[in-house]
Amino acid sequence: MSGCTPKAAPAGATGKATIAIDPVSRIEGHLKAEVTVENGVVVDARLSGGMYRGFETILRGRDPRDASQIVQRICGVCPTAHSTASCMALDNAFKVKVPTNGRLTRNLTFGANYLQSHILHFYHLAALDFVQGPDSAPFVPRFAKPDLRLPKDINAAAVDQYLEALEVRRICHEMVAMFGGRMPHVQGQVVGGTTEIPTKEALVEYAARFKKVREFVEKKYVPVAYTVGAAYKDLFKFGQGYKNCISFGAFPMNDAMSELHLKRGVYIDGKDQPFDPKLIKEYVKYSWFDDATTGLHFSEGKTVPAPNKAGAYSFVKAPRYNGKAVESGPVARMWITNPELSPVGQKLLKDLFKLNAKRFRDLGDDAAFSVMGRHVARAEETYYMLSAIERWLKEVKAGEETFAAAEIPAKSEGVGFTEAPRGSLVHYINIKDQKIDNYQIVSATLWNCNPRDDSGQLGPVERALVGTPVPDISNPVNVARVIRAFDP
Amino acid sequence: MSLNRRDFVKLCTGTVAGFGISQMFHPAVCEAISGSLNGERPPVLWLQGQGCTGCSVSLLNSVHPTIADVLLKVISLEFHPTVMAWEGEPAMEHMMKIAEQYKGKYFVVVEGAVPTEADGKYCIIGEAHHKEISMVDAMKSVAANAAAVLAVGTCAAYGGIPAAQGNETGAKSVSAFFKENGIATPVVNIPGCPPHPDWIVGTVVVALNAIKAKGLAAGLADVVKLLDADGRPTPFYGRNVHENCPYLEAYDAGKMCETFTKKDGCRYDLGCKGPMSMCDSFERKWNGGVNWCISNAVCIGCVEPDFPDGKSPFYSA
Repeated sequence: MSGCTPKAAPAGATGKATIAIDPVSRIEGHLKAEVTVENGVVVDARLSGGMYRGFETILRGRDPRDASQIVQRICGVCPTAHSTASCMALDNAFKVKVPTNGRLTRNLTFGANYLQSHILHFYHLAALDFVQGPDSAPFVPRFAKPDLRLPKDINAAAVDQYLEALEVRRICHEMVAMFGGRMPHVQGQVVGGTTEIPTKEALVEYAARFKKVREFVEKKYVPVAYTVGAAYKDLFKFGQGYKNCISFGAFPMNDAMSELHLKRGVYIDGKDQPFDPKLIKEYVKYSWFDDATTGLHFSEGKTVPAPNKAGAYSFVKAPRYNGKAVESGPVARMWITNPELSPVGQKLLKDLFKLNAKRFRDLGDDAAFSVMGRHVARAEETYYMLSAIERWLKEVKAGEETFAAAEIPAKSEGVGFTEAPRGSLVHYINIKDQKIDNYQIVSATLWNCNPRDDSGQLGPVERALVGTPVPDISNPVNVARVIRAFDP
Repeated sequence: MSLNRRDFVKLCTGTVAGFGISQMFHPAVCEAISGSLNGERPPVLWLQGQGCTGCSVSLLNSVHPTIADVLLKVISLEFHPTVMAWEGEPAMEHMMKIAEQYKGKYFVVVEGAVPTEADGKYCIIGEAHHKEISMVDAMKSVAANAAAVLAVGTCAAYGGIPAAQGNETGAKSVSAFFKENGIATPVVNIPGCPPHPDWIVGTVVVALNAIKAKGLAAGLADVVKLLDADGRPTPFYGRNVHENCPYLEAYDAGKMCETFTKKDGCRYDLGCKGPMSMCDSFERKWNGGVNWCISNAVCIGCVEPDFPDGKSPFYSA
């Protein structure tokens, strides 16, 4: 076990060294992190997205309705986020009004995937940062000094929950498939609504599964997120980054889409602001894309790969909001929505952290925007989704229409804003001669894991890495802990 | 309990209603296969090219056996970017060490297509010995030296969406890449976007079982005999969706659905690609049997070599 080998000269506690972690494992996709460590602390970071497929160019010239299928293949963990954003963009371009029951079944499908995605992330992607797994591949080998600190009994309970959570997330997928047809990659979300009218029986089946998942979330996931956090209190103290965040909002609670369960908003330099989509621009100076395409709004966005461009280091573009790098994801949404914390969360914050907190912002921005804060936010958001799903189950009507037909427009454009479990997501479509002329996607990982922009401003995760303690460069466990907390 | 090839075919084709992979996965079978390679669980290295991790996520939905049993009792998953505890160079070097130590005797799963343009730069899977390793590099070394490669998902099997019209990355399937580079390692395709977990687990089980019975070369040869012209195991991909569709009667009677939500007829007029698609979803169904594509909407032909271009537009109504 050689540990992570330094690129430059080996460094002691006071020296300076650059180390690369490639691949960053237990994430969706291909990511490399290169950090410079000085005096045991990260002083600079570069994140490289190492894979490019070109969805935006592949979509050009196709039937616009194909988009909601093709874009799901961007991410197998959150395909329903992409189908949701795509269908919203298509609804907008086709000028079709989704029936109430269509909105509700879309919410039930996407909501179940939220539960699935957050549970998968905590237990099957992130937990091994804190938990010692079984003594067998793929749980070993790992760093020689993995900095695992859970007491034996809590660790054993966490391993049991790792296995139980596999089952629970599978049940969540069954909930998605109930109206989505199958999962991953649902058939049921189309422009104009959903393809399957819920029957009474299907709703009973959905509700029965939801009950099981709810129990797991309330009794296991939320408490364990705090309990693990209590064993790693220092992880509430770094990884803050800019503390600037954005949420496009998700889950319409009425047909006018004026009320969203996860709120829309922007928080920059300590101030709340209304969200203005015109202020989004994507920069590519440090990305492997043609420099002529930098600084564009997504509605004018161009995708011209330049894999050999000098000075660039990522296939991820750098989106900015009003020029600022902003973080998105559960902590951003919980900060902006600021819901009441779960009862168990309030109790454990008092018992384990001596903190009286009623609402999410009572955690304070330093603790909320931290490695553990992001895990807590994700657990609390999972809890916050439960009440919404319960409400939709009451509002949805068995046997009532979920779909409205519409013609493909000869010429039109549309935009769909939502929130993937891992962050803000917008799809934009421009239709000419009934075909896709331009399709642009700004996804969660673009918001969080982007490289420097043209002005040299670090991406949100890059910035969050600065200040991370790496006392031993052969075992740089904290680096990936910071990255994974974002759920890239 | 022992399981021969005929049993497998019978079970996979579901001659008994609701009889899927689950019932064949008796604990004794686990034990039998666990000894298929020198008494050890066979090492599996899982490479991700241009994919979306959807195949891995689908595999997690395996019901019988559960994915926990697959990981802890059937295979030894020595490298999987989404699952493994380790990361970075040491994890990559561990993978290469396993490939060296078990040369010709380990299995590789490929998820995602292989981008060949720009010297492979469109997909870097990690670093080893201070050098970036592209998916192309890994295919020529780690995949080429495996006993066999399982090309899981339509991207790995046929190119899929990364290889669709408009792509600029030179995305290739595993078998096309091997052919162009003169690599003769056997490839089994498990297409689907994503594949059903039973298709993946079932194929692994039958392969390990055959190897256990006959040794590596003869066992693999048996598996290859099960494949159709597109490299898919016929037990799962041997039947046409339309010919076996529960709505075939409606089609024969000329009764067509006019819109997605009016479910009283055949979906052909909505754009259903069932007539051009080969898989057993009509019977196996998805996600614990709660639903499947055509019952919910239409088939988009995701198991076929010409997906997505040959199946586009997906909807015609």
